Amino acid sequence: MNANRAAEQVARESYGRVLALLASRTKDVAAAEDALSEALLAALTQWPREGVPANPVAWLMTASKRRLLDARRRHDVREAAAATIELELATLDQQAEVGVPDERLRLLFVCAHPAIDAEARTPLMLQTVLGLDAERIASAFCVAPKTMGQRLWRAKAKIRDAGIAFDVPEVSELAERVSFVHEAIYAAFGTSWDDAAEGADGAGDLAREAIWLAEVLSGLLPDEAESKGLLALMLLSEARRQARRSPTGAYVPLKEQDLARWDLAMLHEGERRLAEASRLQKLGPFQLEAAIQSLHVARRRDGRRDDALLVQLYDGLLQLAPSLGVQVARAAAIGASNPRAGLEALDGIDDARTQTHQPWWATRAGLLRGLGRLDEAGQAFERAAGLTSDDAVRRWLLAQR
Amino acid sequence: MQYALVVYETQAELARRDDPAQAQAYWAPYFAYSRALAEAGVAVGGAGLQSPRAATSVRLRDGKRQVQDGPFADTKEQLGGLFLIEVPSLDKALEWAARCPASSTGTVEVRPVLAPPPGAR
Repeated sequence: MNANRAAEQVARESYGRVLALLASRTKDVAAAEDALSEALLAALTQWPREGVPANPVAWLMTASKRRLLDARRRHDVREAAAATIELELATLDQQAEVGVPDERLRLLFVCAHPAIDAEARTPLMLQTVLGLDAERIASAFCVAPKTMGQRLWRAKAKIRDAGIAFDVPEVSELAERVSFVHEAIYAAFGTSWDDAAEGADGAGDLAREAIWLAEVLSGLLPDEAESKGLLALMLLSEARRQARRSPTGAYVPLKEQDLARWDLAMLHEGERRLAEASRLQKLGPFQLEAAIQSLHVARRRDGRRDDALLVQLYDGLLQLAPSLGVQVARAAAIGASNPRAGLEALDGIDDARTQTHQPWWATRAGLLRGLGRLDEAGQAFERAAGLTSDDAVRRWLLAQR
Repeated sequence: MQYALVVYETQAELARRDDPAQAQAYWAPYFAYSRALAEAGVAVGGAGLQSPRAATSVRLRDGKRQVQDGPFADTKEQLGGLFLIEVPSLDKALEWAARCPASSTGTVEVRPVLAPPPGAR
């Protein structure tokens, strides 16, 4: 491998690890980023000449550390603070010799801290843990690069100024704090699906980054079941991305999807992660949602889907994480084998939002059609079409009348 | 690190201070809270403030002093006082803020105390 490629690969693989290590010592993400990017530049000029060092991560860390200290001395930092930072950074040298500790978990918790603006949490993770540049993050979230740059800058200033600790939360708080990390990761994944609906280029990239983050997280917290559940859910959904649209861009509903366009290796990986999660015997909403996805794709084996089990899973989800979406999906699952019972369940949802909830109307339309009430079904398909923002789905719904 | 826990209270809560039938019930949790801060060794300082009705605002514009009756901003929740604490991190400060009696009826804003700017003596 040539030295340029090696440097690039190290940048990608070790960015988050080096940054997390530096930032957890200095409490200053922005300063750590500046130092690391200077170190990366130095690496890209030096390594092709002198060869890639045996431990590139340690090399980058030492080089970044030196730059960080120089920057501290240049700026008018109070001496006491500078001394503390020097002391903190000195411990890094000893650690570098025995192996670099992985501090990315602390960084993830800081990025998803409730004191950080919710809109900045996911971009912050993508930038600091995965090393994505602000421009790419901006385009993934469909905002102007300048806006995203400011959002990230404000978040980093908040971390530094408000004194957010680079710590793994205490056990009593861990579940809640991990849930913020999950939300931020799942938000990146959700964004990529919304973009896919609008046909944006590179929408899948963000989904892959979200999966990568979840892999990092579940590797760092091996006993945390929901992290694996989240990873499983995203893998099982992502594996069907290609099949959700026909080659001409038309919407394809789940039960009509071409199995040949499902990514079987990714499905398998998703199932494996879900099994790992369930062995920990700590059930949570992400695991249930992953189990539901797993059930949806089970027909690749024998063409069947266990509808009774599907309803049970939705019942469980309704208990752990009730939402209008889950109630509607549960009614659809009941209606798959018994449209009359499904319609009863749908009508039994006591929530004014159903009137503007697109899935409620689409489900209702399908159930009415199943009962032979075609006029009402047609009207419901129209209502659903009027409530979607996805053009392919709109065309599909109107074609069902 | 030092943080200010800035206490904002609703008019209804502030009014309880002036109601002889409720004043004791209003202050008791604050006494307990102040004691807890002191016993934990995190209390640095602070002060309760009188009602916004007692406030007077001053602005100097074009060299002229403008004095006005009332607080700076006419909002639903008003500044009631502040606590200064010394804790290692924001999370610890947030824990203490959640224990402040006003957190269940009003809002407690947590602000890091400004380090002396360069050149300050």
